Amino acid sequence: MINRRLGRLALVAGVATAFSMSAFAQNTVRIGGLATLDGPFVVLGQEAFRAMELAFEEANYTAGGRKIEWIKESSDGRPDVALTKARKLIEQDKVDILIGPMSGGEGLAVKEYAKQVPNKTFVNGFSAAQETTLVSPAPNFFRFSTDGAQWQAGLGTYAYDVKGYRNVAVVSGDYSFGYTQVLGFMSEFCAKGGKVIEKIWVPNGTKDFSSSIARIPAKADAVYVMLGGADAVNFLTQYDQSGATQPLIAGSNVVDQTVLSAKGPFQRRLVGTPSAHMVADEIDTQAYRDYVAQYKKRFPNGLSSPSAPYYGYYVATKAVLAALNQVGGDVGGDQAKFRQALANVKLDTAYGPVRLDENRQAIANIYVTEVARRADGSLYNRPLKVIPNVNQTLGQPKDAFVARGVPSRDNPSCP
Amino acid sequence: MQAQRWIVSTLFLAALGAYPHFVPDFWIVSVGAYAIVLGIIALSLTFLAAYGGMISLAQMAIAGAAGYALAIFSLHSASGEVAVLPWPWAVAVAMIVGTGAGLLIGIVAVRSQGIYMLMSTLAIAMILFYLAQQNTTLLHGFDGFRGVAVPSVGGKSLRDPMLFYYLCLACGVLVYGLVIYLVHAPFGLVIQGVRDDPRRMASLGYRVAWHQVAAYGVAGFIAAVGGVLALWYHGGISPGSIGMTATVSVLIAAVIGGLGHPRGAFIGALTYVLIQTFAVDLVGNERFNTLIGLVFLVIVMMSPDGLTGLWRRIRGDQTGSGGVVVTPRQ
Repeated sequence: MINRRLGRLALVAGVATAFSMSAFAQNTVRIGGLATLDGPFVVLGQEAFRAMELAFEEANYTAGGRKIEWIKESSDGRPDVALTKARKLIEQDKVDILIGPMSGGEGLAVKEYAKQVPNKTFVNGFSAAQETTLVSPAPNFFRFSTDGAQWQAGLGTYAYDVKGYRNVAVVSGDYSFGYTQVLGFMSEFCAKGGKVIEKIWVPNGTKDFSSSIARIPAKADAVYVMLGGADAVNFLTQYDQSGATQPLIAGSNVVDQTVLSAKGPFQRRLVGTPSAHMVADEIDTQAYRDYVAQYKKRFPNGLSSPSAPYYGYYVATKAVLAALNQVGGDVGGDQAKFRQALANVKLDTAYGPVRLDENRQAIANIYVTEVARRADGSLYNRPLKVIPNVNQTLGQPKDAFVARGVPSRDNPSCP
Repeated sequence: MQAQRWIVSTLFLAALGAYPHFVPDFWIVSVGAYAIVLGIIALSLTFLAAYGGMISLAQMAIAGAAGYALAIFSLHSASGEVAVLPWPWAVAVAMIVGTGAGLLIGIVAVRSQGIYMLMSTLAIAMILFYLAQQNTTLLHGFDGFRGVAVPSVGGKSLRDPMLFYYLCLACGVLVYGLVIYLVHAPFGLVIQGVRDDPRRMASLGYRVAWHQVAAYGVAGFIAAVGGVLALWYHGGISPGSIGMTATVSVLIAAVIGGLGHPRGAFIGALTYVLIQTFAVDLVGNERFNTLIGLVFLVIVMMSPDGLTGLWRRIRGDQTGSGGVVVTPRQ
């Protein structure tokens, strides 16, 4: 009896060890991809993996003379899960480089983990929390996409100068990405002399916005909205139904293609709404047309145009490949050579040049846009103005910018 | 038979103790330690179900309450340079909060039974989830706590893979021992009596409700142990850690393992963690939930008392090995 049980125990142990030993193969560079194929960001996750797939195919799955092995993992948008999956990729699948994750909270969790494994390199996918690279950054965490505050560069000035708004009310999701975007908008708008007379914070997943809409002061010239996905659609629908007349200013997620593609009478509200993001639609350059054509050819079942997360993961993968080519695929030891190369990568993308600052955070172009209608009735973000080379401190001296503290409900404030 | 059981238990413990010396870090922490942490939280549910006949869906929320309490009093990314309390005190506060939450939830929950108790505890769990998500002053809202400092003992961080595994193992063995001890003690016999026939126990002079509340308190204590370890494992906590998905995963782990015996909690947790970790290698990223759902279905249909029950059935052992099969209450 005991012998039989011991035998089974030994068998289990043997299988377990075999499992853990299987993850060794030499002469390939192992790259992990972490995105969200579960939870609220499924569409974004699909876009992320499309981007990585295309970038690897373009390189024929080789870089610096070595084969690339691509291992995918999926999170559901929760920081805990992203962390568990990042651990699995690094410790079990033995990836040399990890590209991801998708959302802000996940990014902060993975950045903290990066500090525990200093010999591996992490390249951000699409997460855009400001703190990730601004406050106690990890030396092996790189971000080739801009953060949520950078995305709003130019919007405050546009709202003040061109639209002539002086008093604005804010309706925003009550979490770090919301605070970050509001800070990005307000830092310019308030510096110009504009006033944010009321801030209304709503929890993520809110269905009924009637009380929030009722709180918007009558003397507000416009309403700045920063909500994502279904929340944005719900708010816009109810705002439209409420008969409110104040024009909108949109955070980056509000005019995301996932919201613009949603059908409903609220669409008419959105036409003409200004916003800003690291991406825009229908830019009149050859590089952009090629970028879109390539996407449409490879992914006929994809979105109507490549999305922002697609761009984030695409740039990250391209940067990794460029650095690998430069060091001949050398990711052994502590990867110092590879990281040195990665820090100096300069990319020319469809949206303009991208380079990193000393915190390994991207400096790139931002597009001020306005929602417009195509001939076929669909909505898109028409670029109005390019703000070139926006850095993380939005052009302000770093010490002064950091001294103002992390964005929160009450920071910044200009009532 | 008794001696044989002792030998098997000792060998099994020795194997668990030796385990981290033969496997890489990932298997020590992300599989081994994490399965134990999840197992401890599932154990609090199994304890209530197996011996009290009560199914509580609030156990993850209770673990979360303990985790949040510990996070508030620890160093984290938004705190000052100095922690509010030295860590042993902070852990003590967390344990008190967890146990207290268990007792309070018990007071509400024991007024109903069966499906109604399940719903009321689920409601309480969701209330705590929304509280955590909407309170920005103390609980940091949607973002929760990040970068929570894990204490060091003798210059070595408790988060060191070996140390953390042994810490979890020790906690797991202790709470498992606590449950086994309790169910043989007079208190445990009373709650089993209450499970089988509350009216008869009442007529014998026992205060039925208070014993059930006390059982909830014990379960709260066990969940709090899991909550503290989970906070250190993740290095942070956010409303997502105690939301619907997390609540259900504890229930799934407990049911897969079997609600009949405390060991089912750990077997179920290990199975759950293995599926969660390796589903991607078997069926691809998008199909994890399908796979865990199928496994759940198969187990529930083949063996309503989970993997532990299945094991007993394979051995043809109808009497059970000390475990109690839950019978529905009237």
